[in-house]
Amino acid sequence: MTTDSDYLDTAPRKSQWMQSHLKEGKFGDFGGQFIPESLIPACNDLEKAFYDAMADDAFKAELDHLLHTYAGRPTPLTFCANLSEQLGIRLFLKREDLTHTGSHKINNVLGQALLAKRMGKNRVIAETGAGQHGVAAATAAALLGLECVVFMGNVDVGRQALNVFRMKLLGAKVVPVYSGSATLKDAVNEALRDWVATVETTHYCIGSAMGPHPYPLIVRQLQRIIGDEAREQYRENTGDDPDIVVACVGGGSNAIGTFAGFVDTKSQLVGVEAAGGAAMRNGIPGVVHGMRSRFLQDEYGQIMEAESISAGLDYPGIGPEHAYLGDIGRARYESVSDEEVLDAFRVLSKTEGIIPALEPAHALAYILRAVKNKEIVEGQTVLMTLSGRGDKDVSQVMDILDI
Amino acid sequence: MITQPDKESVNNLEIRLREKKKEGKKLLVCYITGGLNSHWLDTLHAVADAGADAIEIGIPFSDPVMDGPVIQKASMEALKNGATPFSILTQLSKTDAGVPLAVMTYYNLVYRMGEERFAEQLLKSGVTGAILPDLPLDEADNWIKVGESSGLATVLLAAPTTRDQRLLDIVAKSRGFVYAVGLLGVTGEREELSESATVLASRLKSHTDKPVLVGVGISNPAQAKAVCQTADGVVVGSALVRRILESENLLAITEFVKGLRESLDNS
Repeated sequence: MTTDSDYLDTAPRKSQWMQSHLKEGKFGDFGGQFIPESLIPACNDLEKAFYDAMADDAFKAELDHLLHTYAGRPTPLTFCANLSEQLGIRLFLKREDLTHTGSHKINNVLGQALLAKRMGKNRVIAETGAGQHGVAAATAAALLGLECVVFMGNVDVGRQALNVFRMKLLGAKVVPVYSGSATLKDAVNEALRDWVATVETTHYCIGSAMGPHPYPLIVRQLQRIIGDEAREQYRENTGDDPDIVVACVGGGSNAIGTFAGFVDTKSQLVGVEAAGGAAMRNGIPGVVHGMRSRFLQDEYGQIMEAESISAGLDYPGIGPEHAYLGDIGRARYESVSDEEVLDAFRVLSKTEGIIPALEPAHALAYILRAVKNKEIVEGQTVLMTLSGRGDKDVSQVMDILDI
Repeated sequence: MITQPDKESVNNLEIRLREKKKEGKKLLVCYITGGLNSHWLDTLHAVADAGADAIEIGIPFSDPVMDGPVIQKASMEALKNGATPFSILTQLSKTDAGVPLAVMTYYNLVYRMGEERFAEQLLKSGVTGAILPDLPLDEADNWIKVGESSGLATVLLAAPTTRDQRLLDIVAKSRGFVYAVGLLGVTGEREELSESATVLASRLKSHTDKPVLVGVGISNPAQAKAVCQTADGVVVGSALVRRILESENLLAITEFVKGLRESLDNS
């Protein structure tokens, strides 16, 4: 671990605030490097490679080029005229659903895949829940000529069959994980086990703002393009910053990328978790998956299984920077039930013609409830990150909703 | 620290292993999963009687990232049977296997209980060492201090990828023994002894007179003997736990441990 947090910006605008709160791999008490000794040199090398890459104009130009010509950035900011009128607020969506592969995950994997190549590692492994990160990783690997293995809980393999097929089509190997609850946390365990054995030739491409340092930093920096673009677009549009910025949180990558753009503004930041995986609301500090953060766990420290309708949010922990932002009161974390999510899923589809993924439907579910409860009042401006599109969820929702 | 050969010193991990090493013996540490079944304490005694110099008790954790399929399976079974850190330590406190005991578990269980309290509970139960594979040197400052002040040996792990400067820090701060992770990978049996095991043992031996034990991938008497050409001893886990999972019969366990013992004594 190098001594401190030289701030490295992937975006045009610097945030001194985000720079100052990472110290020796920790956000306050959260973060750190709680990993087997075998992985320590790899994490230290990765940190150094990341700093070097971010200071290298050629690397940044290559990443920018891919984001622009391959991933489809910048993504638009959409004003939801119909829904805004219904709710009496002004609602804007940051449209990560319009990126190549259909979710914000592509922002992170392109950066990490380039980094893997730069470090001379020709194999990448990834964990996936809903399959969006797995698909994104497989996509980047195909593009850049890397071998790709994706670990996926067997329960998720079942409910996200479409994404499993997409990954295979993209040339990745999908390894079903049967241990534990056979969902995202177990996929992370299995990816870590693979990495312990293959660390010399393999880069572990973590998909969320979690894991040992420097991953939470890397993922935030690669995802902050969401928040930086959104802020600029919103200002162009309105000349101001939104009152409230909302994003869904599992591990928390789209949320941390969004928040990074607004953390030094007046905007309230709200992260929305699945009720069955609400690590901020119901979790307590613990150390799992390489990091100290908040986790759902029993009195002895055994990690509990998260349960929600959305595979992408089925994670009993949360990224360490969120735990920190929550503790210092800069961000607020709410949770919503599966029923509220399904309702939001329908509402956005019908009123705006946008079918959201179940994950960002959580963010909208909170907004709908908050308007009802008058937590969000008439005339307030709300910016929500629509982190992915709903194609992957349609067959699952079809079995539940009777339309 | 107490030096006379009373019960306390016989059961002290650091003292006992150093003594055995001084006598020219190769060291055998066996791993069993705590709370695996109703007769796991009988297994503990059988392993001790068959010639283990010390025994590691695995306290099962829900997310064991350093463990391969065998230890994972044993951990899940133990958890299903209701094993907790408290139940395992309470049972241990009521028995004396006549050899030093260390626990191997994951840091979250320690963190949850509190480092001081966890160390205190271990010592009260007759456990004198602890191995936490997901608590590397950089995060272990306080845990090492707790060990120093309480007398609990905090065993640190070195890996084939550990670089030289760091290796020095690890051997300086490790207590009880230095755990050399024999290969890049999780716990489990392997067909062949990894070359990295011998290389790492020899690197460690050149820096310390503390016992250097190789674990992970040591699966049979021949591999144990081979690696002890360089190392001071071995830790055997999955190969033993697999046999425990396969059969209720303690005889198979006894035979296996005896085989390891004989092989090391003839090396």
